[in-house]
Amino acid sequence: MEDTTPTNSSERWIDIDKLLTRNGNLVGPGFEPGPELRDFLQQDCKVLCIGAGGLGCEILKDLALSGFVNIDVIDMDTIDVSNLNRQFLFRLQDVGKPKAVVAAERINARVPGANVTAHFGRIEDMPLQFYQEFTVIVLGLDSLEARRYMNSIACSLLEFDEEGNPDMSTIKPLVDGGTEGFKGHARVILPGVTPCFECTLWLFPPQTKFPLCTLAETPRTPAHCIEYAHLILWSQQRSHEEFDTDDEEHMQWVYSNALARAKQYGIEGVTFQLTQGVVKNIIPAIASTNAIVSAACVLEALKLITMCSTGLNNYMMYTGSQGIYTHTVAYERDPQCPVCSAGVEVVAPADTTLQQVIDLMLAHPQLGKMLAHPSVSYGSKQLYARGIYEEDSRPNLAKPVRELLEGDEPAALLTVNDKKLSASLRVRLRLKEPQQ
Amino acid sequence: MSDQSGNAVDNKSKRYDRQIRIWGAEGQQRLEHARIALLNCSPTGSETLKNLVLGGIASFTIVDGNKVQPRDLGNNFLVDAARLGHSRAQVVTDLLKEMNDLVSGSYVEDTPEELLQNNPSFLEGFDLVIATQMPEQQLLQLDELCRAKGVKLLVVRSYGLMGYMRASLPEHVVIESKPDSKVDDLRLTCPWPALLEYAYSFDLAAVDKHVHMHIPYVVLLLLALHEWRASLGPDTTPDRLPGNAAERGAFKQVLQGMRRYQGEDGLPLEEENFDEALKSAFHAWTRPSTPSEVRVILEDPKAQNLEPSTPDFWLLVAALRKFVASEGGGRLPLDGNIPDMHATTDLYLQLQRLYRQQADADVAAVEGHLAALLGALGSPGRAIASSGVRHFCRNARNIRVVRYRTLAEECSSDAAAARGASLAAALSEEGSTANANLYLLLRACDRFAATHGRYPGAHDSTVEDDVPLLKQAAQQLLGELGASSGQVQDDYVAEMCRLGAAELHVVASVMGGMAAQEAIKLLTQQFVPFSGSLIYNAMASTTSIFAL
Repeated sequence: MEDTTPTNSSERWIDIDKLLTRNGNLVGPGFEPGPELRDFLQQDCKVLCIGAGGLGCEILKDLALSGFVNIDVIDMDTIDVSNLNRQFLFRLQDVGKPKAVVAAERINARVPGANVTAHFGRIEDMPLQFYQEFTVIVLGLDSLEARRYMNSIACSLLEFDEEGNPDMSTIKPLVDGGTEGFKGHARVILPGVTPCFECTLWLFPPQTKFPLCTLAETPRTPAHCIEYAHLILWSQQRSHEEFDTDDEEHMQWVYSNALARAKQYGIEGVTFQLTQGVVKNIIPAIASTNAIVSAACVLEALKLITMCSTGLNNYMMYTGSQGIYTHTVAYERDPQCPVCSAGVEVVAPADTTLQQVIDLMLAHPQLGKMLAHPSVSYGSKQLYARGIYEEDSRPNLAKPVRELLEGDEPAALLTVNDKKLSASLRVRLRLKEPQQ
Repeated sequence: MSDQSGNAVDNKSKRYDRQIRIWGAEGQQRLEHARIALLNCSPTGSETLKNLVLGGIASFTIVDGNKVQPRDLGNNFLVDAARLGHSRAQVVTDLLKEMNDLVSGSYVEDTPEELLQNNPSFLEGFDLVIATQMPEQQLLQLDELCRAKGVKLLVVRSYGLMGYMRASLPEHVVIESKPDSKVDDLRLTCPWPALLEYAYSFDLAAVDKHVHMHIPYVVLLLLALHEWRASLGPDTTPDRLPGNAAERGAFKQVLQGMRRYQGEDGLPLEEENFDEALKSAFHAWTRPSTPSEVRVILEDPKAQNLEPSTPDFWLLVAALRKFVASEGGGRLPLDGNIPDMHATTDLYLQLQRLYRQQADADVAAVEGHLAALLGALGSPGRAIASSGVRHFCRNARNIRVVRYRTLAEECSSDAAAARGASLAAALSEEGSTANANLYLLLRACDRFAATHGRYPGAHDSTVEDDVPLLKQAAQQLLGELGASSGQVQDDYVAEMCRLGAAELHVVASVMGGMAAQEAIKLLTQQFVPFSGSLIYNAMASTTSIFAL
């Protein structure tokens, strides 16, 4: 029976319903318009928002006003005054409180029916089963590492059939947004279908650091003086204390020492604002770019789930400082991606032992960088395990790996785990007969 | 770390810290003096204003005649369920003020149409009017009014899965456009005497190992140029530059030949300054050029026909023009900045000083021209502060001017021919057809609404029947615009009917972000605002700008 209270009447959702109940020609594949779609969004769908900061606040609002009801949000930070120019769910009196908690409260209070659950903590501390429950995960993160982590989580949920094709029912969609000043991006990651974060890691060049000898011997710019105080002087004079960017006294210490160094060398331009920027690696941020990127992400999540329109394929970059310019690119998967493909291929002679296979992986240009002390399993069978089962599984190392696998398949899908990895890796082992 | 006891000034600068790093204290000041009028506070307007309130504008006034209805609870964050039936303008005003108590807000419970009819002078108190969800016919009147009163206008619309935005003001000038990338202004192809003298003071053969590997690459490149010219023969002119691939290769060889590979102790030397010099070798043969946008500005009649009413910007352009024609030798003033480069502190600072001194000399020359121009104008007491001239000269290659057609010029059928052809072309080209269709159809929808009293597809029962009617309106419009060779696509006609003028929160939020960003550029006078008609396509996640 239709709910006719003003807060949940069809009158309320009249705009969204046009999108979800009317058929069209420019829609997603398999679109089935009807009231069941909004019912699904509001009842069965669970969406996770990673981050309750600049992007997260916007994402939560956009989700709640796009028909989503069951929304979880996770963030490990507390609110700071410098958040208030864009993280609009927070007020001055909230400073010091957990972002996820306050954000959830505010959305629930403002949007009738919204059911936002807060998790004040780190994404690394949630078990895999937690992430498995969600229909889609939207990322409002500000670091490469966190993105890589969430990417590996989503991709680890992907299963493949014997031919190495992804099992569509195990795809955990991610929508990832990022901003920096007037620039931003929104992308859709369907593990196994579109490139994952790891496939396109080359999009993010490594951050350059100042050479130590410049800091120590030939400073030339204010930033050199600041990093000298932060990295060199601190470890010389206060090595017993861990430097804390949130500690006002630590920052002031770095600032005054940077000033002294600059004065000594005749370099102008050290300010407290610059000191903060350099030491904390502050990314300038404004409400407008966050609003654009977040809404674009939530729109993609909505389209993904309902097929109400064509989806972004698969990466949109936005830049708004000189006019307005967007560029949409369909990046391609890396077929050898260690995180989202059916497995990086390792070829070995037919009589190779398990130990030799492990050595090959460690020597592999891509795999080697990701592994230190790997454990190897084949399906549900542990071939070699680190930790408490190490002794029991050690004899397998000397055996020809062919004996440990089933049948005479030319290729076997191995799962590799390692402390260095955030989620397991797939390796496709191919054994070659001598004449091949 | 909590800081609830901090004083107000401290909290204010902390609050705006992340954005002050983008537009500086001066930009922030301009923003904090801005008075904004918002017409209609459905989500498109509310989201736009929310982003500006967070940024710290001085004040806003919302004009909206509606009451809060259930539909608002489905798409607008700036209303609350407890105040169903209240004035929407009032509710949005209250909730926005909660977001930033440094901003003043007020409202007028009136439709914009009524207000503008009864009290057009209402617009005079504002720096910027943001008109949202208004049909073309009303916008034409509004634009005329804004132009007459010298008020900037920003038009924003969300319509189903598309959005539209357009700014309208006679002219917008920018000194600090802050482009994303810039080429360092090193002038190695035309060094001034003091720079050359400094470079030649280095005897590469005689200096010790430490100095040799710390000579800044600017010096190395100048020395290499000298040596390369010498290798070509005694008649080589002192301004000869490596002109082709072969010469450039030879030049790089000369540079490599200047390296030391072993220290006095016999151990190999890593000379990073030479590595940098090689990477930056193009500076030795690439002449500084004036960006085309700046050349156009220099030639603008406004910089030549000076009058007492001429704004400072154009006087500065006039002075700049005189500099370029005389002391500048065809070039803009030296920007004075050098990038960081491998060098000892002292050598770097010496070089930096040289560049700053020459930049200052150029500023003084421009000031001289400015004084002469002001004198000729006969405006006693009119002056431009030295700091202003310096700021202008430092940014000479970044100055930009944006001009905007009136909405009438875009929409009227007079002189449609040129625009008609470009619209027809945009409709037929693969890369632009989708968004050109949306542009055309949005305008056709307004026509439809004017004829039928409702938007196409407004009700489920009319979605199908409205399709041929909307198509008809679109074709008629094409004819009026002189673009009858253009074709509108049936799929897009059908989609526009399907969307039934829905105002989706996510689309309103994208538009609200872009509109706030543009408003900020217009108010801070930094960065470059877009000009033309922007179409946001939420289906494909693309934007296009049409200059029509």
